[in-house]
Amino acid sequence: MTDLTIRVNGRPLRVPTGLTVAAALAMADVPAFRRSVHGQPRSALCGMGICAECRVTIDGLAHQRSCVVLCREAMEVVTDD
Amino acid sequence: MTDPCASERDGDLVVLGGGPAGLAAAATAAEDGLRVLLLDSTPWLGGPIWRPGPGATPPRVAQRWLARADSAGVTIWPQATAFAACPPDVLHVERGRDVCRVRWKQMILAVGAHELFLPFPGWTLPNVMGAGGLQLLVKSGWPVRGRRVVVAGTGPLLLAVAAYLVRQGAHVSDILEQASWSALAQFASRLAWLAPSKLWQAATLQTRLLRTRYRPGCWPVAAHGADRLDAVTFTDGTRRWTRDCDVLACAFGLVPQLRWPGLLHCRLTPRGVWVDDYQRTSCDRVWAAGEITGLGGVDLALVEGQIAGHAAAGNNLAAARWFARRARLQRFAAQLDRCFQLRTELRFLPTPETVVCRCEDVTWRAIEACSDVRAAKLYTRCGMGSCQGRICQTALQFLQNWSADHVRPPAAPVRVGSLAGADQEHADAERTELP
Repeated sequence: MTDLTIRVNGRPLRVPTGLTVAAALAMADVPAFRRSVHGQPRSALCGMGICAECRVTIDGLAHQRSCVVLCREAMEVVTDD
Repeated sequence: MTDPCASERDGDLVVLGGGPAGLAAAATAAEDGLRVLLLDSTPWLGGPIWRPGPGATPPRVAQRWLARADSAGVTIWPQATAFAACPPDVLHVERGRDVCRVRWKQMILAVGAHELFLPFPGWTLPNVMGAGGLQLLVKSGWPVRGRRVVVAGTGPLLLAVAAYLVRQGAHVSDILEQASWSALAQFASRLAWLAPSKLWQAATLQTRLLRTRYRPGCWPVAAHGADRLDAVTFTDGTRRWTRDCDVLACAFGLVPQLRWPGLLHCRLTPRGVWVDDYQRTSCDRVWAAGEITGLGGVDLALVEGQIAGHAAAGNNLAAARWFARRARLQRFAAQLDRCFQLRTELRFLPTPETVVCRCEDVTWRAIEACSDVRAAKLYTRCGMGSCQGRICQTALQFLQNWSADHVRPPAAPVRVGSLAGADQEHADAERTELP
């Protein structure tokens, strides 16, 4: 498997191809993918794009469900918005 | 003037969902001569059940069905989310930043099921996940090597997930099975004559779990931690234990995804979408197959998919050849259902402060003051967030016996631009017919 590089909150991260953004964030040990409306930390729950708890901003597009998006070269991911 | 129906495609048959039921339906119907378009909202085909692990290939049965669909000429759109049918015979489909309209003559719904998540104190903490969800995440690269995991809930999925996690290097300390020893014993004895191969499967799973405590009659009552999970407390109804862990994987069962059937006004039964012998729904020219017609697993989904595919192509004779096998698999599913029914104690897990609607942070106290799903929506915003009630409303069906609310479009979360048809230029570029 070849690697590619994405940026998580500005920091570069090498990941193998075929990884979802959610998995990359777990590899980078990001605890909170997003904050709930009352500020609680939240992370992936259903793993299949149903619950929307793993939402992050990808390449400037908000509310992307990270468990159903694959990493692409030079992708910019912002968490805990 | 721009044609509002620009960017139309059409097909004899549109199949929603590319899991086992959808793939089998699409391949079968295409082999019977229909032009078939298969839509799946994820980048993967084969549904959650056939998702390959990192660097792995899909299981052989999945490859067989993918090859059949391919050689029969099924047009497959991954990452295509159908979100509305308006007018009823035109599907609106979001693909990346584009929106396409698909005119359909016949439709097979095979949108599958998702996990039932039950609220308890601490269940919103990061690293409290669905057990099936965790398995999917691990297959997509989520690291679990060396992590301490507790698996909780009910049913054979607990063993399957625990065995998978152990193979991936996780330390699974406990499996909490809410069903009692006697329910399990009854299940095992029925399994032996209904489906001996399943019993053998269960036994081989167990041998991989020698260092894991299997605890029937136990369930989680609270998850602890500040910014992420540190520990879980569980009970057998009298005593309580607290176990340090990094991940809590919960599997309280599956629920059929009824948004599309609801949107099309298909008749429902307590188990899912109502269908006749030929998998026809109450809705004209709409068939349904797989978990949405009642949970039954991958083997039943494949059989139902083939029946629906044949029937949609008008080949009722070929469809009928599968009836006996379907009946046998349905009996097995009913047995599973009975043995792993959720115990009443699970209804009393949330405390007044427990968040039940995770999208809008609505507490159990606020929801308990309401009379039904509609009132909870209006007064508390419960079920009005991003997941549109998929998590909290299915939980409330169990906790409060509330029936689901009416389904309104969109059937899936999409961008506002897609709803407004704002991407008309992109859409215009898509104006081509199916091959």
